[in-house]
Amino acid sequence: MSVKVEYHKYDVVILGAGGAGLNAAQVASQYVSTAVISEVYPTRSHTISAQGGISAALGNLEEDHWIWHMYDTVKGSDYLADQDACEYMTKLAPQYIIELEHIGVPFSRTAEGKIAQRPFGGHTAEFGKRPVKRACYAADRTGHVMLQTLFEKSVAQKTQFFNEFYALELLTNEGAVNGVLCWDIKNGGFHIFHAKAVVFATGGCCRIFKTNSNAHINTGDGLALALRKGFSWSDAEFIQFHPTGIYLAGNLITEGVRGEGGILLNAQGERFMERYAPTIKDLAPRDIVSRSMVKEVLAGRGVGPNKDHVLLKIDHIGAEAIHEKLPGIHELALVFAGVDCTKEPIPVMPTAHYQNGGIPTNYLTNVIRAVGPNPEEPVPGFFAAGEIASASVHGANRLGTNSLLDLVVFGRTAGEQSAKYAKENNFVPLAENAGQEGIALLQKFLNSNGKNTFGPMYKTLTECMEKYVGVFRTEETLTTAKGILADLKKQLDDYRVNDKSSVYNLELIEALELNNMVLVAQALTEAALMRKETRGGHAREDYPERDDVNFHKHTEVTLDGDGNIKIDYRPVRMKPLTVEPFPLKPRVY
Amino acid sequence: MSTNKFVTFEIFRYDPEKDKEPYYQTYKVEIRRPGMLLLEGLNQVKWELDPTLSFRRSCREGVCGSDGLNVNGVNMLSCMTKIEDLGTDHIVIQPLPGMRVIRDLVTDVDDFFQKFITVKPYLIRKSPAPDKEFYQSPEDRKLLDGLYECILCGCCSSSCPSYWADEKYLGPNAFLRAYRYLIDSRDEGAEDRLPILNDKHGVWRCHTIYNCVEACPKQLNPTKAIVGIRRMLLERGY
Ligand SMILES: Cc1cc2nc3c(=O)[nH]c(=O)nc-3n(C[C@H](O)[C@H](O)[C@H](O)COP(=O)(O)OP(=O)(O)OC[C@H]3O[C@@H](n4cnc5c(N)ncnc54)[C@H](O)[C@@H]3O)c2cc1C
Ligand code: SF4
Ligand code: SF4
Ligand code: FES
Repeated sequence: MSVKVEYHKYDVVILGAGGAGLNAAQVASQYVSTAVISEVYPTRSHTISAQGGISAALGNLEEDHWIWHMYDTVKGSDYLADQDACEYMTKLAPQYIIELEHIGVPFSRTAEGKIAQRPFGGHTAEFGKRPVKRACYAADRTGHVMLQTLFEKSVAQKTQFFNEFYALELLTNEGAVNGVLCWDIKNGGFHIFHAKAVVFATGGCCRIFKTNSNAHINTGDGLALALRKGFSWSDAEFIQFHPTGIYLAGNLITEGVRGEGGILLNAQGERFMERYAPTIKDLAPRDIVSRSMVKEVLAGRGVGPNKDHVLLKIDHIGAEAIHEKLPGIHELALVFAGVDCTKEPIPVMPTAHYQNGGIPTNYLTNVIRAVGPNPEEPVPGFFAAGEIASASVHGANRLGTNSLLDLVVFGRTAGEQSAKYAKENNFVPLAENAGQEGIALLQKFLNSNGKNTFGPMYKTLTECMEKYVGVFRTEETLTTAKGILADLKKQLDDYRVNDKSSVYNLELIEALELNNMVLVAQALTEAALMRKETRGGHAREDYPERDDVNFHKHTEVTLDGDGNIKIDYRPVRMKPLTVEPFPLKPRVY
Repeated sequence: MSTNKFVTFEIFRYDPEKDKEPYYQTYKVEIRRPGMLLLEGLNQVKWELDPTLSFRRSCREGVCGSDGLNVNGVNMLSCMTKIEDLGTDHIVIQPLPGMRVIRDLVTDVDDFFQKFITVKPYLIRKSPAPDKEFYQSPEDRKLLDGLYECILCGCCSSSCPSYWADEKYLGPNAFLRAYRYLIDSRDEGAEDRLPILNDKHGVWRCHTIYNCVEACPKQLNPTKAIVGIRRMLLERGY
């Protein structure tokens, strides 16, 4: 069957218009022809939701140094982060934050008029001695101001946007990445973007969990597209469960609330984090706080008729401070918990929040093979940044505010590096059948008339992930999940899309997303099953200790030629760029 | 945990590929918890009753501006509206008025974004930047409150009679954003923006009817910005 395909040619194609994609775009578009593709209008990307802050050792309110920030990042990652990337990011942070300010980001201010900073989980002074004010913020709308300002900046630079275009397939030829196949959601129709370099900035996958803090669009598409072309997903098992999701709803209450003095309480009114992290208490990193909360509930000290959550108290800092520094939180608590947080505590429980791993790259954002004889070898023409990527600065557990920083530092770097690559290289011609796989996939779903539909399958998927691949995991729960997921995969062969329209067919997009989510969930579960230790965001009840001898290494998930999931490992890059490495140590706070 | 209470959603439907005319379709939506949001109701329709319904949503927490809809005649975000607060069991849901309908509840927002872009919504500097951040006093920063929080949902412009009447009218959202930059102590772009705002499709076209203020789900006040811009225009002799 012949299908009409429209062709476009750009030096650099950036997939995703969140913070990472727009940062890459604002740089690349200064040098080479650049297109940005996004399934939603740029300002509707998930970065808009980021609340609490972006870290940089500016030292605006107290002494701070990038090396302290680097140490915190490495320790926070449970020593799974690559130390070259950690040095790169934390060292560049102050300069890039200043640049954001210069293009207009309306940061909150100190009395002197400098960028204001607040404490955040796991960020400390003098290598763990005490919490430090490192998170730059604009009230609790840091992602909002950052994304909008970056969008405005790209508008000023006349960046070419393709909005509401949905990527179906990553294109490769002659061992290089050379384009993307997309579907125009509004008008229908296939588009091939032929590029010298492709930057993946498609964000995370936490919609695969029932309780999550993510936007509807965070379905792990980028991961699925990369996996299908034989690329790896590094450290897939490390999902970050953020401690303070609004009970039942999952929407996020920023760690900035605890940064501003909020505390967690159990049913006995006890500030239980004092027991789990005596030095920094409620400001311990997220994996630790989330596990502590679940332990409190399991010990019968949960709050409410079902004793199944805990409380986050913030009213003691006063209504005025809340309205000034946390206005968005006040609104979210009202709408999603029915609670006025200037008077009452907010009911909270962990919520799936962030994908710590991602498509593996070197510290210059070039995607690496990760498996085979030369794991660190870069893939020609392929770059990745943001939540989709793994440089890796987050390892087994990301510190709060380090994601927005990741977007800025690695987003910019991806812009620079992809532009440089495009200048130095020619187009790799499109393969003869370029895009046929993606076209066939879409047509299969559009024409499908089987039995299963999105609603029930999505429910099964997300409930399975929450129950069996959640905060605590065991061989048994993971094996159960594997069975359910295999069954879901089969169900996809007997699927039905009722809507046959080519105009804004949301049912079709959801089918494609579900197809991706099932693959992503399977890959994650397999990786979790194989990692028989507890580290960062991956807690195995049957292997409660960290096992450096056997597992101080990156997991690499790939698909073999038959589409079966394969697990390999890759050494952590322990050598920083210029400083001495931080050696492995037990992680206590 | 079913409370067995149902409400009626009467939803605007239109697929240009098969419908000559738009029509309304009715669904019985179950209220499953106190405080259930309109977006949950729409997802219930999509995932359990009729998968062919198309609408936009992304953040599901009132910050991305995807899901501005007209509900019982008033513009609002589906994700931040509690069904019980609508005070009725019969809920008529339409796309935002004044914008071309693409499909069902999805409207064409390109024109809305284009108008936003027209007012040069970015920091304009003529003099060089310092090595450090620009210093901005907390008082100067406070001037941006009530302006910078806009989520580009279009609820305001879509409710504005001037926006309906004059297709080139820039609209309350664009003015709000223009003013956000005009009064930013770091900005030096007034002379670049003011002529655009002074145009016959600019601020003078506003009849201060305040629909936009009522419609804004973030409680922002575009008319304040309009008054501010007018004052600037007069002061600078435009
Ligand atoms: C509620 C909340 C609060 C947070 N607060 C903070 C904070 O205070 N500090 C911090 O550092 N981090 C925070 N984070 C994390 C941080 O916001 C995210 O990790 C980050 O914004 C991800 O940005 P990104 O650019 O990688 O991707 P996103 O912003 O998610 O953008 C992804 C882009 O990819 C596009 N895309 C995806 N799939 C496709 C496809 N198939 N076809 C076409 N386009 C596609 C989307 O349209 C979108 O433009 C928070 C997260 C949440 C959920
Ligand atoms: S006040 Fe002006 S901008 Fe607002 S709705 Fe009325 S005419 Fe439109
Ligand atoms: S001013 Fe209010 S209604 Fe208008 S686009 Fe912004 S947030 Fe929406
Ligand atoms: S879905 Fe983002 S504002 Fe409602």
